Amino acid sequence: MIRRLKNPTTLATYAVLLVAAALTLGPVWWTFTTSLRPAAESFSLPPSFFPLDPDFSSYAAVFEQIRVPLLVLNSGLVTLLIAGGQMITAAMAGYVFARMEFRGKNALFAIVLSTMMVPAQVTIVPVFMLIRGMGLSDTLLALIIPAIPTAFGTFLMRQYFLGLPLELGEAAAIDGASPWRTFFSIYAPLALPGMAIVGVLAFNFHWNEFFRPLIFMISEENYTLPLGLVTLQGNLGTGSISIVLAGVILSMIPAVVVFLFGQRYLREGLTAGASK
Amino acid sequence: MRTDRRSRLMTWLFLAPTMIGVGIFVVVPIVGSLLLAFFRWDIITSPRFVGLANFTELATDRTVGISFLNTAVFVAVAVLAQLCIAMLLAVLVQSKMPSWMRVFFRSTFFFPLVLSAASVSILMKYLFNESYGVINWALSLVGIPAVPWLTSPQWAMVVVIAVYVWQNFGFSFLLFVGGLSAIPGDVYEAGAIDGATGWRRFRHLTLPLVSPTVLVASVMAIITALQVFDQPYVLTRGGPGDSTRTVVMVIYESAFRQLEFGRASAIGLVLMLLIMLVTAAQFRLARRFVFYQ
Repeated sequence: MIRRLKNPTTLATYAVLLVAAALTLGPVWWTFTTSLRPAAESFSLPPSFFPLDPDFSSYAAVFEQIRVPLLVLNSGLVTLLIAGGQMITAAMAGYVFARMEFRGKNALFAIVLSTMMVPAQVTIVPVFMLIRGMGLSDTLLALIIPAIPTAFGTFLMRQYFLGLPLELGEAAAIDGASPWRTFFSIYAPLALPGMAIVGVLAFNFHWNEFFRPLIFMISEENYTLPLGLVTLQGNLGTGSISIVLAGVILSMIPAVVVFLFGQRYLREGLTAGASK
Repeated sequence: MRTDRRSRLMTWLFLAPTMIGVGIFVVVPIVGSLLLAFFRWDIITSPRFVGLANFTELATDRTVGISFLNTAVFVAVAVLAQLCIAMLLAVLVQSKMPSWMRVFFRSTFFFPLVLSAASVSILMKYLFNESYGVINWALSLVGIPAVPWLTSPQWAMVVVIAVYVWQNFGFSFLLFVGGLSAIPGDVYEAGAIDGATGWRRFRHLTLPLVSPTVLVASVMAIITALQVFDQPYVLTRGGPGDSTRTVVMVIYESAFRQLEFGRASAIGLVLMLLIMLVTAAQFRLARRFVFYQ
């Protein structure tokens, strides 16, 4: 190792990688350590990079300033219902596109695929009107319902089912299993990892989502966490950075958990999108 | 045949939630946008047909013009920076090193991707603060005077780009690592015999071999960057002046601040057209530059 480091190329490689890693983790680490400083000291320089004397008052304060439990509940409810809904509906539609024969299959699948290319911002105005028309304005359902049907998830699940052996279903059919049974007791359990990819991607995306909540949520009791934090930053003066940052750290916890335990699914899902 | 009827029932029942949902929340809105773009509507009074007026007004509207210009600058710089940083780091991570280090670096560069753009922008706004931000403090240590990051038009765009790239380079990185690790080792061995090392090896061996991945990564990076909203909204609200106002910000403001729904739809359609054109152009260019094994 030491000998290898004497090689200038190797040394440069490590130097660049370490600087890049420091620049990547630095801002998040600073956020964490600053959230552990008393609010009054939060903007004093030099910054503290080591929480020698952690002070948790900012975490208490952020619970007072914004109704954090309510924001977490809203964000959690929206995210989990979307992720669960996507997993189920995408698995169903994906299975049918992969394994069932019916008239118009290719045309329907082409429609689903082509909607993947339309950015949400382009359709946001008509979607906003639909939501109003359905009487869902300023409710969490306005965020949940339109986000459940997923073209990308359907595509992903179709690919997943295509990768499972055809013989299992054929054997089951010979044994007299109905198409329902073939799906529920053979293919669906095997497709759980694929569904996990859809779920983890949806969780990560919607937990962090800002654009739609900003537009659809009007009353503060319906705010999601990112929206609540941006509002908090707008309302608080510069003297309470650490309170805002405590909120930021809280909002990052689920993302970090997904990162630690679901990274593989996240990576697979993200790169699967690129190979479509 | 009972089984046949059961299969048919299952097919349509399984398709229903997705197809009906996509129909209502994607297909109908696309058609809605297309229609709305020819009307003037503020939700309160009834819509009025105005023909192409929404589109002709876009051409002369100063804010809209600036927002397209800003977005073009943003996309060009951010995507180029994102791809270059990602490629450099992906190549370095693939070089010889203990596997725990490789895992550490890979996960680290991927990490910002899981955070919310809103949260990241909040914390970056503090880091880039002119008087008490850590970045100006660090610069002062080496004798550089305070930079008005978020209050000067030029620097504000730099910050928006930097924050965006910080959060998104990990995605291109991930794709490049995948592309690079698919290159068989014997290609490099053969190259080494011919004396291909360092930059020449990268330019003449690695790059052609990962060019399909570069194409995909650049298409995806451009599509995502064209829709940038969260970072400029939280960091600068489009300011100072209009210096960081992007197309999607103008869509948002037209529709939900000024209640000009027809105008917002027209801008949205232009953006969608732009995305389709850029993507088509890239695949056309790719025929010349991408090397498929």
